[in-house]
Amino acid sequence: MVDAQYLRQALAQPRYLLSSWPLRAVAYLLGTGLAGLLTLVVALLLLTLGGVLAVVVVGIPMLAALALIGLPVGAVERRLLRIVDRWPVPHAHRTPHDPGFTPWLRTRFAETDTWRELGHAALLMLVLWPIDLLAVTLGVTVPLALLATPVLFATVGDGEQVNVLKAYAVTSWPVAFAVGVAGLVAVAASAYGLGLVAAARCSLARVLLTRAGSPLGARITELTDSRVRLVDAFEAERGRIERDLHDGAQQRLVALTMMLGVARLDAPPGPVAEQLARAHDEAGRVLVELRELIRGIHPPLLVDFGLEAAVTDLADRSVIPVDVALTLPHRFAPSIESTVYFVVSEALSNMAKHSAADHGEISGDYSDGWLVVTVTDNGRGGAGGSSADPDAGTGLVGLADRVSVVDGTLSVSSPPGGPTRLTVEIPCQPLPASA
Amino acid sequence: MSAASGLRVVLAEDSVLLREGLIGLLARFGHRVVAAVPDAEGLREAVEAHGPDVVVTDVRMPPGFKDEGLRAAVELRRRHPGLPILVLSQYVETRYATDLIDAGDGTSLGYLLKDRIGQVEEFVDAMNRVVAGGTVVDPEVVRQMLRRRRSPLEALTAREREVLALVAEGRSNAAIAARLVVTDASVAKHIRNILYKLDLPQSDDDHRRVLAVLTFLRV
Repeated sequence: MVDAQYLRQALAQPRYLLSSWPLRAVAYLLGTGLAGLLTLVVALLLLTLGGVLAVVVVGIPMLAALALIGLPVGAVERRLLRIVDRWPVPHAHRTPHDPGFTPWLRTRFAETDTWRELGHAALLMLVLWPIDLLAVTLGVTVPLALLATPVLFATVGDGEQVNVLKAYAVTSWPVAFAVGVAGLVAVAASAYGLGLVAAARCSLARVLLTRAGSPLGARITELTDSRVRLVDAFEAERGRIERDLHDGAQQRLVALTMMLGVARLDAPPGPVAEQLARAHDEAGRVLVELRELIRGIHPPLLVDFGLEAAVTDLADRSVIPVDVALTLPHRFAPSIESTVYFVVSEALSNMAKHSAADHGEISGDYSDGWLVVTVTDNGRGGAGGSSADPDAGTGLVGLADRVSVVDGTLSVSSPPGGPTRLTVEIPCQPLPASA
Repeated sequence: MSAASGLRVVLAEDSVLLREGLIGLLARFGHRVVAAVPDAEGLREAVEAHGPDVVVTDVRMPPGFKDEGLRAAVELRRRHPGLPILVLSQYVETRYATDLIDAGDGTSLGYLLKDRIGQVEEFVDAMNRVVAGGTVVDPEVVRQMLRRRRSPLEALTAREREVLALVAEGRSNAAIAARLVVTDASVAKHIRNILYKLDLPQSDDDHRRVLAVLTFLRV
């Protein structure tokens, strides 16, 4: 049987009771309950202090901070969700174009995700946390109290009387044991009960923390799907063209140069031998050009070894020295790998053409459901500006289109005077490691 | 360099045109292709069945048309240490060559671009060097390796870089001297300087020297 990936799946499996999932459900509910309580305390503090101090101005930033309380709460909830769901819920926040606090603040206040997370925080601190804690308290204490009845009857009750849950008086051994057995049943029942509550909470949190659809949601989903299909088809077609060139024209050209090479061995010195030599050299040059063409269509390193190797190879070929600091041990879907590859490739060629930089850097990694790769240089900047270089601009638009197909974002920061920094961020899951 | 003759070759190449061409070419130089197969599976079986003097294989073959030939070569070397293998490839990317050279101790291995088959005599010579225990890496692939900017490489003079490229291709001192039209002694001096600047162990043994240089280049 496959290992369950999330709580709802685990609930449907017969070995649920023996797995770690019931404990995970308890841990999750306990975590969200306490997080909600803490949120309420912090929010009340900010509100009171901010309200009182608003007269002396310092209170106003505190009230503003209250609006952002959804960010840390959302982050905590995402962490907690991992307890009951192996699939991460990636956050949808953009990376600000410029470094520093003010650009960050501006980006956050302009995003709908910030407000959705605030809504989540409000719901958590006003409604959900008491439910979470109540569920855990009941789900844990009732079965434990029932289970403990025979023991309590023997010790505290002196074999005469003990009150179960302060409500029901037990006065004889058989009843005490019956209650103990009922406790076992209650353990199982509450494991499922808590599992269901936690699963429902988990689904609710996912809905609240995931980027929502608009009124045109269904239509947009359909369009997005068809765009993804188009890109996949494009990818497949490129693979086919590459295969045709590789197995057809390229092999024939190799055979041709071999024949010409053999013919040169046999040709007596003279004008014919010279013409043969020229034809031979020409065929060799065509072979080199064809190889470069094929690599542009479908880089073999990317297909065989993945992003880290292919991007490192790109950096090695760059005219401007480029350092690479990538940590990408996973493989990703071909459309995602090739998107990142071509973004980096285009960024490097822009760097060589326009930046006047003498050093560049490629960095990137995968964490929390986001693949992030950044290309920077120490050049003169001004790329992607509206009017400065329309040529570079259209290239960037093309790149951004490409990235948006896989649901990612491309951001470029290139103030006049530099440096230029290009970041591609794509939410995705790594492919399972294959042998 | 002694031209080994009458070698028994197992050839793996999925293009019929090239396969037939190579059989004819090798025959012309006195070698015999004892088995010519179109895929990696056939290659493994042919090596077990014939115990050849040398294996010549394509990288990309059925069924996946990825790097099956290279994987098969690496696996064959693990099972038959010392079996000379010459890999023919369309890929200039250094990763493929270094994956091959990492197999076993790195000797008796060659990685050539298919373009090189056209340079008929050079190709057969490379095969002979592989059979004689050498390590041969295609000049174009070596050029790729040298393009990587790493500070110790920048300390080398233009001439030293030229010599380094030829060393990495698996050329002997004598061959390098002939190619650059200089004396053996001056080649030896260049190599001492290169090994010193790159912090590599000094060695008079050609094969060891090639491996040392490749170890340095492929990081």
